[in-house]
Amino acid sequence: MKNFQIIKALSSSSAVTGKAKDNSSMFIAGGTNLVDLMKKNIVAPDKLVDINGLDLKKIEFLKGKVSIGALAKNSQVAEDVSIKEKYPLLALALAAGASQQIRHMATVGGNMLQKTRCSYYYNTDMPCNKRVPKSGCGAIGGSNRMAAVFGTSDSCIAVHPSDMCVALAALDAKVLVEGPKGKREIDFTDFHRLPGNTPEKDNTLDSRELITAVEIPDNNFTKNVHYLKVRDRTSYAFALVSVAAALDIKDNTINDVRLAMGGVAHKPWRLTETEKFLKGKTISEDLFKQAGHLSMKGAKGFGDNNFKLTLGENAVAEALTIAASK
Amino acid sequence: MASKKTNQDKVTPEDASSRRDFIKKSGLFTALALTPPSLVMASDKKWDEKIAEYLETVPLSIEVNGTKHNLNIEPRTTLLDLLREQLQLTGTKKGCDHGQCGACTVHVNGTRILSCLSLATMQQNAQVTTIEGLSKGKKLHPMQEAFIKHDGFQCGYCTPGQIMSGIACIKEGHANSREEISEYMSGNICRCGAYHNIVDAITEVKEGGKEI
Repeated sequence: MKNFQIIKALSSSSAVTGKAKDNSSMFIAGGTNLVDLMKKNIVAPDKLVDINGLDLKKIEFLKGKVSIGALAKNSQVAEDVSIKEKYPLLALALAAGASQQIRHMATVGGNMLQKTRCSYYYNTDMPCNKRVPKSGCGAIGGSNRMAAVFGTSDSCIAVHPSDMCVALAALDAKVLVEGPKGKREIDFTDFHRLPGNTPEKDNTLDSRELITAVEIPDNNFTKNVHYLKVRDRTSYAFALVSVAAALDIKDNTINDVRLAMGGVAHKPWRLTETEKFLKGKTISEDLFKQAGHLSMKGAKGFGDNNFKLTLGENAVAEALTIAASK
Repeated sequence: MASKKTNQDKVTPEDASSRRDFIKKSGLFTALALTPPSLVMASDKKWDEKIAEYLETVPLSIEVNGTKHNLNIEPRTTLLDLLREQLQLTGTKKGCDHGQCGACTVHVNGTRILSCLSLATMQQNAQVTTIEGLSKGKKLHPMQEAFIKHDGFQCGYCTPGQIMSGIACIKEGHANSREEISEYMSGNICRCGAYHNIVDAITEVKEGGKEI
């Protein structure tokens, strides 16, 4: 790891100012992804701005929403009694991510900025447009079992690795950020972006902006929810495909529904078409099978990951079935 | 990561405190700059090696297993390397060094974390417990006893991390069934396959109800 300077930010505005002064500076919170990337020389900042001293750790239940500070730890949110009660889908998704040691370190803000786990991104001997723009993509035509099936481009087929973000995309969350030009809100589904010709940009955050909080509006998805994560081993592995399903059911009829998938795209993949299809319909095994089929419409495999097309259909149907049966 | 020769032996608390004051004074009003750029230049200009070493390091106060240390470290030093290479506490193991195996699990302020992914400089004034800090004199910690009884280690390399996680697992309230123990121990990888015995050991300590 290249040596660096580290400064401790005392306020969010000083953090933004401190970072903006240097070209090669980065914020550090939990560091679970950043320190790893620095060890591998994939990122090599000259300066780190340690934001752990900032007052951004609180989970606040406000009128009509919850506000989760960007520095709240993943385990803190996953095990918060009120989060489990009011936003159980988020708690389930968080508990499915990483290991407890990492969840104790990782923060909500940092989780959103987690880099892809595409093996070509991690292997500095291989081309990767995300790591080195215009160097090519090793995954297209290479080993691409983990790769995306939606929203891909000729330059990148990497997937976003977070579980938490899949739940947040489903739950209509908003991201609160602060930058040199002031504060702004970003709809969660607009936060991460598709690769296009600039896969090095993971999100729509300005490089000088700091995530301060995530807000989730109140909803009726407190019972019939499920986060299904399909992976190569029982625990502590990234998703091949994951599904966040939330149902609001009355008399066997779907009043309202939210659906998003992980492991299938460069961003958490919200399934709005399937949501429209399910709304107002009566629950049945066949309905959920149709929903699974509809969800994978337009998906495209790259060889090794063709199995995700069938797996995705089945995973959506399974997640809906489990959610409905709770 | 390259490890710089430790200079902790040369540092008295007075030295450390005057260095802290010096560096604080050179900081910004809004942010405490620990390594001002002008000082990093020392090494670029090939000044005397000792001066360069002094200027490149940052002060760190940390308590490990009840002993306070005032150290000077490079910002890039991980907590794992600090423990093993500067403090000679080699009980905590370096497995993958990338957060994938859990061999480096320690408790920081009572919470289990991965020391390989923690920058030591970010653990200012932290209280760290490693495997060496569990026993009281010759009396082993109940979890250590249980691991021996149930043969919860085979090659033994992952064992310190497993024991630290096992204790945390109970303290966190996640040892209520074999399935839950397996899930919450999943960040600790045992390649030799002692998993079954590890779950037995944790279950026994949980059910034994001893203070841990």
